[in-house]
Amino acid sequence: MRVAQFSIAILLMTSLALAHAQQTLRIGIEGEYPPFNQIDQSGELVGFDVDISRALCAAMKVQCKFVVQSWNGIIPALLANKSDLIISSLAITDKRREALAFSNPYYVENAIFVAAKNHPLQVSAEGLKGKVIGVQGATTYEKMLKEKFPGVTVRSYTAVSDHNLDLVSGRIDAVLGSNLVMGNWLDTADAKNFEIKGTPFRDVKYMGQGAGIAARKSDGALITRVNAALDAIRQSGQFDAISKKYFKVDISR
Amino acid sequence: MNLDELLAQLAGFFGGSAEGGLFVTSDGLLLTLQLQLIPMALGLLLSIPLAFARNARSGWIAKPVWCYTWLFRGTPMLVQLFLIYYGLAQFEAVKDSRAWAYLRDPYCCALLSFALNTTAYTTEILAGQIRRIDWREIEAAQSLGMSRWMMNYRIVLPSALRRSLPAYGNEVIMLLHGTSIVSLVTLTDITGVARHLYSETYDPFQPFMIAGALYLSLTWLISRLFLKMEHRWLAFLKPASR
Repeated sequence: MRVAQFSIAILLMTSLALAHAQQTLRIGIEGEYPPFNQIDQSGELVGFDVDISRALCAAMKVQCKFVVQSWNGIIPALLANKSDLIISSLAITDKRREALAFSNPYYVENAIFVAAKNHPLQVSAEGLKGKVIGVQGATTYEKMLKEKFPGVTVRSYTAVSDHNLDLVSGRIDAVLGSNLVMGNWLDTADAKNFEIKGTPFRDVKYMGQGAGIAARKSDGALITRVNAALDAIRQSGQFDAISKKYFKVDISR
Repeated sequence: MNLDELLAQLAGFFGGSAEGGLFVTSDGLLLTLQLQLIPMALGLLLSIPLAFARNARSGWIAKPVWCYTWLFRGTPMLVQLFLIYYGLAQFEAVKDSRAWAYLRDPYCCALLSFALNTTAYTTEILAGQIRRIDWREIEAAQSLGMSRWMMNYRIVLPSALRRSLPAYGNEVIMLLHGTSIVSLVTLTDITGVARHLYSETYDPFQPFMIAGALYLSLTWLISRLFLKMEHRWLAFLKPASR
């Protein structure tokens, strides 16, 4: 009897210990969206999303493992339980809310058109008619470009670096993307002949309430913990420090 | 599985939408067919002279063709497409040339890349059959005093083309399946539509099942067609007793 009780106790303890050790969150991340997330030359994941993820995991006292996943499959991978959270600049939209649970927004961005300095591009529904515009596929920008600017020839690319290559080679007239991502690219040597056209804008209907952290709908408790952790790293000043490392502007509004 | 949604998704593969009619755009099936048929036709035309050149006695003629087929059969189609689409665009000389008018278009890049690829395979298939021609047919042609050109045109080529049919049918099917990479250079073929629906609905199963069913039907059609052609043009290889 004693032996049985003892072994049950041992079993319980080991399983508890195991359960604790297994508290590793898998974070789905694209890895092709600088400066938010990218794989640097030494093969390391770096960027704003990566630093925020690490800070959040430390605040939640959990181990984190990154799962690099191409953009158009990042939500299906979460739903198929290949990751537990998406921390990859995913905009909070009503349509995505139907399938996912979102944290509070952790940053906001604006949309910009980028074209060659000598390109007389007029940013308006009329001026963009017949123009060939590049955009990353499966993004809020793609949907916005198709619906808000009918008459535009939309070219959808797998990653931002691909549409930037075609912008430089002159295959496309302009790119629609995030001011933070395209702005970051405009600072590079490749982009010396390119500039923002028109004014940055934000259309909540398409772009939603900003970028959020997503979990499966059944993981509501996890989102509560993520929100608490977000508040904690904001209060400790960690969030601002990370933000300043990557951006000159305040990205929280 | 909801029937309305299935029909709406299906319409997408035929260049339409749930609201509008079909084939409003060439997205989906039409694009796949174009990417299949145009390179195939080009490949068939080009491979006839190339196959003879491949078997030429002179190394100056045979070696370049060998080199070409070696390169294009030795590398994946995706690598070739990326080199043509993204690679060539890196050179100012290419962008300043007349060819840029075509090369800047992803559709032309895909056609060019597939044509180069399938021509390489078709050339090797045909060249192999030319080499394997029965020496007695050659002797018979020579005994009738045919010139080399006439012999090639009347005897060697028809025979080699016929005997190439089974292997060529496989190449046509491989090309069809190979075209599925074009969504990576912004074209919306059958796979491109499936990828788009997948990222819209987060459900990989239904869109890719539809795509698979379409490829399967096309493959079935192609193999039926080749079976018919083999029946007709390879009858001379059948045992006489049946």
